[in-house]
Amino acid sequence: MKYLILRRITQIAILLLYVGANVYGWKILEGNLSFSMLFNKIPLADPYAVLQMLFAGAAISMDMVIGTLIILFFYGIIGGRAYCSWVCPVNMVTDLAAYLRRKLNIDKDGKRYMISRKFRYWAFGTLLIVSFVTGVAAFEFFSPIGILTRGIVFGIGFGWAFILAIFLFDLFIVKNGWCGHMCPLGAMYSVIGSKSIIRVKHDAEACTNCGECKQVCPEKDVLNPVINKKSDFIHGIECTNCGRCIEVCNDNALKFSIRSFIKGEKDEKVINK
Amino acid sequence: MDKKRRSFLVGLAQAAAISTVGGTLAAGFIEENKDKPLTLRPPGALDEKDFMKTCIRCGLCVDACKTRENIYIVDGVKKTTLELAKPGDDAPLGTPFFIARTNPCYMCEDIPCMYACPTGALTPEKCQNDKGEVAIDYAKMGVAVIDPSSCIAYWGLQCTACYRACPELDKAITIEWRKNKRTGKHAYRIPIVHEDACTGCGMCEEACVTEKAAIQIFPREVVLGKAGDRYVKGWDAKDQQRVKNASTDTTTKTGRSKKSAIDNLNQGVNWQ
Repeated sequence: MKYLILRRITQIAILLLYVGANVYGWKILEGNLSFSMLFNKIPLADPYAVLQMLFAGAAISMDMVIGTLIILFFYGIIGGRAYCSWVCPVNMVTDLAAYLRRKLNIDKDGKRYMISRKFRYWAFGTLLIVSFVTGVAAFEFFSPIGILTRGIVFGIGFGWAFILAIFLFDLFIVKNGWCGHMCPLGAMYSVIGSKSIIRVKHDAEACTNCGECKQVCPEKDVLNPVINKKSDFIHGIECTNCGRCIEVCNDNALKFSIRSFIKGEKDEKVINK
Repeated sequence: MDKKRRSFLVGLAQAAAISTVGGTLAAGFIEENKDKPLTLRPPGALDEKDFMKTCIRCGLCVDACKTRENIYIVDGVKKTTLELAKPGDDAPLGTPFFIARTNPCYMCEDIPCMYACPTGALTPEKCQNDKGEVAIDYAKMGVAVIDPSSCIAYWGLQCTACYRACPELDKAITIEWRKNKRTGKHAYRIPIVHEDACTGCGMCEEACVTEKAAIQIFPREVVLGKAGDRYVKGWDAKDQQRVKNASTDTTTKTGRSKKSAIDNLNQGVNWQ
């Protein structure tokens, strides 16, 4: 439960800092997940929002450029969609839906609705085109991430209906539907973090193939090529580095590790033999 | 065609179709929701169209507004101005706006909201006079419009609430004295708005005593007309500069203007 609790702490702490900035004027982390000011000096910008604004034809300020570069650099290193599981508040909603879905056995008894996990990449591109056509950042008009963060910091209005929709969608319709299939922001962070160095590493020697990790993983396609097959890093770019697989593994076959592209991969090949 | 290649191409077509369907729905939803022309923006906002492009909806202006120095406290409640639009508000989602009737702009001299903006959607360039001096008095958030039918000053009652509430006293709103012919011995004291000095802060709308405000703030793009190059204030040297480079070719071409004026007059109007 270690990583789960840590994740909830970072997610809630970030929201609390935003609320503190809004209500008490704390100068630690101001704004919201679209754009923040860290310590009143360092800009942090959502690269997808900035990209949409570019497509919409906006002039991009220096703060935005620097903020985007900082985020790209940070997630490029830490990466592996850490944003999705350690920062984004929608993750708390969809994790709850996934938990209830397991407990209520929805998958066993319910109908199967399928969406391709590639949907999000198409959504990513399509919304850029829509931004270009409509002349405004398109995703920001219905992004549940924006609605929920702004909702918590600045007041939610009817936004709860959007969040409820996501919750019901994930609970009853598609498993891990929003975060695992549809969210274009997740698609972007998959690509940004594709070469990140912190990754989950699997030890096939210790694995008993109990399947607990695949049960709990929100992106089980990243586990399938590795688990019980070879000792390797989880290279799949959709891995969110949430650490749930590590926690549920009873065999100590999974752990966070540093992926090095210089000599690490060579060592891996030796182990595979 | 071999089966693998075919299924790849069909898959591609399916994905493109889903993108088109989804993209059309999204674009339709956005087109309906991006233009809320009566939205009042913070000081220094770009023109609405550019503002919608440039605002990243971070809420730093709202934070700055909430935690500013000159907080007004009315009946024990802190008065704040800016909000980020929530689903259900009558403003494009996530963008900053204010409601003049209940929460007008209190016109802080340091303009914290404008300087908090990281994207340039709020910019000092839109809050300055001709000489390039930046001050809140040069903000153009909107313009006050009076409805003479519900303004009690036009009825002949004594009011001047808006005049006295105006932070640009005797510049943005002046009082014009007129004779009240109905009684023969009283005066109308009529408030007159001067758009060039009006910042659109909304203090007048907040102060207005009628049930629904008789003086209201609207975005300037909505309310103000444009005389164009055809008309000039011949007594105003500055206004003559305005039309200095105007084109002399200002003939309006309509269906009727193809014929000479005499022909049109003689022909009359064919109603059916």
